[in-house]
Amino acid sequence: MMPVLSIPTLRSGLPDCRSSDLNVPVHRQLWLFIEDIVTRIQDETEGVPIRTVKSFMTKIPSVVTGADIVQWLMKNLTVEDSAEAMHIGSLIAAQGYFFPISDHVLCLRDDGTLYRFQAPYFWPSNCWEPENTDYAIYLCKRTMQNKTRLELADYEAENLARLQRAFARKWEFIYMQAEAQVKIDRKKDKIERKILDSQERAFWDVHRPVPGCVNTTEMDIRKCRRMKNPHRVKKSVYGVVEEGTQSQSPIHTSLHHCRKGTKEDVEKEILFLNTQLDRHCLKMSKVAESLITYAEQYMEYDPFVTTPEPSNPWTSDDPTLWDLEMSKEPSQQRVKKWGFSLEEALKDPVGQELFLKFLESEFSSENLRFWLAVQGLKSVPQQDVAQRVQDIWAEFLAEGAPSSINLDSHSYEITSQNLKDPGRYSYEDAQDHIYKLMKSDSYPRFLRSSVYQDLLMARKKPETEQGRRTSLEKFTRSMGKSLTGKRLTGLMQSS
Amino acid sequence: MCDQTFMAATFGPCDSCSKASPLMNIYIKSEAINYCSFCVEMMACQGLQKGETLATLKKESENLKKKLEEERGKLNDIELHQVAEKVEAVAALSLKTRRVLKGHGNKVLCVDWCKDKRRLVSSSQDGKVIVWDAFTLNKEHGVTLPCTWVMACAYAPSGCAVACGGLDNKCSVVPLSLDRNENLAAKKKSVAMHTNYVSGCSFTNSDMQLLTSSGDGTCALWDVESGQLLQSFHGHTADVLSLDLAPSETGNTFVSGGCDMKANVWDMRSGQNIQSFESHESDINCVKYYPSGDAFASASDDATCRFYDLRADREVAVYQKDSIIFGASSVDFSLSGRLLFTGYNDYTINVWDVLKGTRVSILLGHENRISRVRVSPDGTALCSASWDNSLRIEGTGPRGNPTHPAPQLHPPAHSGRSQSVPRADRIYSPSNKFLVFPWVFSQWEWLGKSSKGSALEPS
Repeated sequence: MMPVLSIPTLRSGLPDCRSSDLNVPVHRQLWLFIEDIVTRIQDETEGVPIRTVKSFMTKIPSVVTGADIVQWLMKNLTVEDSAEAMHIGSLIAAQGYFFPISDHVLCLRDDGTLYRFQAPYFWPSNCWEPENTDYAIYLCKRTMQNKTRLELADYEAENLARLQRAFARKWEFIYMQAEAQVKIDRKKDKIERKILDSQERAFWDVHRPVPGCVNTTEMDIRKCRRMKNPHRVKKSVYGVVEEGTQSQSPIHTSLHHCRKGTKEDVEKEILFLNTQLDRHCLKMSKVAESLITYAEQYMEYDPFVTTPEPSNPWTSDDPTLWDLEMSKEPSQQRVKKWGFSLEEALKDPVGQELFLKFLESEFSSENLRFWLAVQGLKSVPQQDVAQRVQDIWAEFLAEGAPSSINLDSHSYEITSQNLKDPGRYSYEDAQDHIYKLMKSDSYPRFLRSSVYQDLLMARKKPETEQGRRTSLEKFTRSMGKSLTGKRLTGLMQSS
Repeated sequence: MCDQTFMAATFGPCDSCSKASPLMNIYIKSEAINYCSFCVEMMACQGLQKGETLATLKKESENLKKKLEEERGKLNDIELHQVAEKVEAVAALSLKTRRVLKGHGNKVLCVDWCKDKRRLVSSSQDGKVIVWDAFTLNKEHGVTLPCTWVMACAYAPSGCAVACGGLDNKCSVVPLSLDRNENLAAKKKSVAMHTNYVSGCSFTNSDMQLLTSSGDGTCALWDVESGQLLQSFHGHTADVLSLDLAPSETGNTFVSGGCDMKANVWDMRSGQNIQSFESHESDINCVKYYPSGDAFASASDDATCRFYDLRADREVAVYQKDSIIFGASSVDFSLSGRLLFTGYNDYTINVWDVLKGTRVSILLGHENRISRVRVSPDGTALCSASWDNSLRIEGTGPRGNPTHPAPQLHPPAHSGRSQSVPRADRIYSPSNKFLVFPWVFSQWEWLGKSSKGSALEPS
């Protein structure tokens, strides 16, 4: 038996979508994937068996069962779950690549329901945007054929009535077209006609879906606008020529401007590439380690990974957690977080306040106040910027400033230069310098200080006022982070 | 200039000014270039700058690209998922729909959380912007914009205003007042102006500055009070579809992604493009920073999501699966950065283990394409906006016991038709199947009305 090709290898073998020509249909990539699957599923040896099913008095030609398709998808797309395979199958059906032979709703069911494959002529990659005239001809034709299987559904009858009103003046033309179509159809072989009829119906089920079904031909407007869209010109399914070509909707007129590489662009690119080459980059192993460390450090703060205490407000409908987060009394978990980095400590208003108090006790609070003032400068309205820059200078840097900060001569030089043209970022260098100073000097001392350590330790003691429930939680936690423990907490919260 | 010879003229785009015009084939140091007569004159006047023609520049740029690739290749000593093998696997997620927000009359296109962790702003195709208290399901404010397809909305950090924009090529800021009867649309102030649709917007760390991305291929930073353009960011060669601000307060950078399949990292102060990543094979629909600010993820129409690290300056992981063939529209990280939530055009949300690169869970629930997924500021919930006119809020549930599947099943009384529709109102994870069945019954009827109306307007 031939080994089944897996999708990744096929994906790489697909035509290159990165062509510079952006005027490709919006769903091109998707259609490539789907058409590849649909071609494989119809393969004589590797695909699903396409059969003729005998039912009472009649034969149903070239059909497959829904269960077969689901099985095939599970095997060939490595899907573990039949519900997921059914979902994917339904979406492919909704795009119009296969359809149930006796239902207008295009979806896949995992049972004996019979499905047929769509003719490539009707595939959406042909960029159909059929006219209502075509739809009218089609519905009209169905009423003439006088067969039970072609009888109009209620919604189709309603549509027909509506179209007849809208196209009252050219209804004669539409009627004639439909008659001609029927005549041609009658000459065809009976089995062939049966198949063609169903494929045509499925085509309209995609483009004029049953009310309540998702219209898969709707497009993202962002993607329509960027191209002139030569592929999606309206064309008639039945070769009907409209008198007076329709003016296209405004969404098709917007141009996509792709700049050609001029000399300046290339020069810019070279400059960019050179700076990239100069950039110092980390080795992958180091980056991976750092990503892992970060995730592990913050795991206990992630409600999707660790169940939060006392409870997730969305689950328990109890907003206590948010009240606690807002409170001035930080939890031990929160205090612990301030130890991760200076940034974390400054992010939390309570942590920031505590750090400021600590600095005050050390007589170096001007550093943090300067940093905060510069931070604030970045978020004032443009018109206040110049004034604020002056204020900060007077407060922290001018001769005899009330809370003078210590800058190295280099940063001081740059900053005083910047002051000639005051802006939001005039103090960037000075701020950076001060931040590094705090981080390497006062912050480690803060973490060792009794202010911080006391808070960290105090919060570790079990609190009694929360009562039995909390103590039970502490008990389960003390059992280690075993699964049983987690399950207990879960049970408690669900009760 | 001595080795120039003029040859027969042809017609085509000029190598220098790229206008289509009659060309002169000239040879400089035996290298053929095609310039129009105007550019030849210009060149003759300026003199050849050491033979720096477009062709040689292009060659130089190609060489640099190769060199850069080599350099980066040297640092690629191991793959992320190999290092992550030692890491403990994340426990099976049991996510459950906690709230369903209904009220939009058409596709919901964007959503943003308020810093208070419970309020949301969402925008829709019908031009409406709604501010919700998602916790109580109350609609607190509603604004109608004079255009359809409001593709971007953002909550101000103070919670006192929202920004929104779309096909009107503008981004407007609407202050939220406590008085519910006040007409908010009257207080609307347009801040940003682009020459094409606004695809994304975000306040910087204050209410006073607004960052926008647009279909005109640029991003821009605006002063809210005066509407003044503070900085513009040029570099994308096609529509910019998404942007995300670096999470750190000091990091003055943001990342943007667009139809040119590139993700660019920008310095807000200088307007410079600092880093650029190009490995997607189709439009990048969404970009989102990793919570540490050292990396970011992107979602693309090529049905993959990718993870780029700024320190390694390269792609470090790809999240894809054989069964995922529809484009990814949106990404967001859980608080620890361990989980990546991705919304797809196939109506599903997949949850990936960022480190191991495996899919942890899949959520079915929406009945049309997912337009946006956003994790709440404290990481307790995931909000998803969809083309099915609704928003859903998913939260972690009590952990299920894998040995006892499906706690209780309440299938609704199906009508004949909806039974044949894939039953989407359930959430399960591959490892512990069918944990929850929140049968929130679907709104087929009114969905139907809208689709019927649009399909049958006589053209």
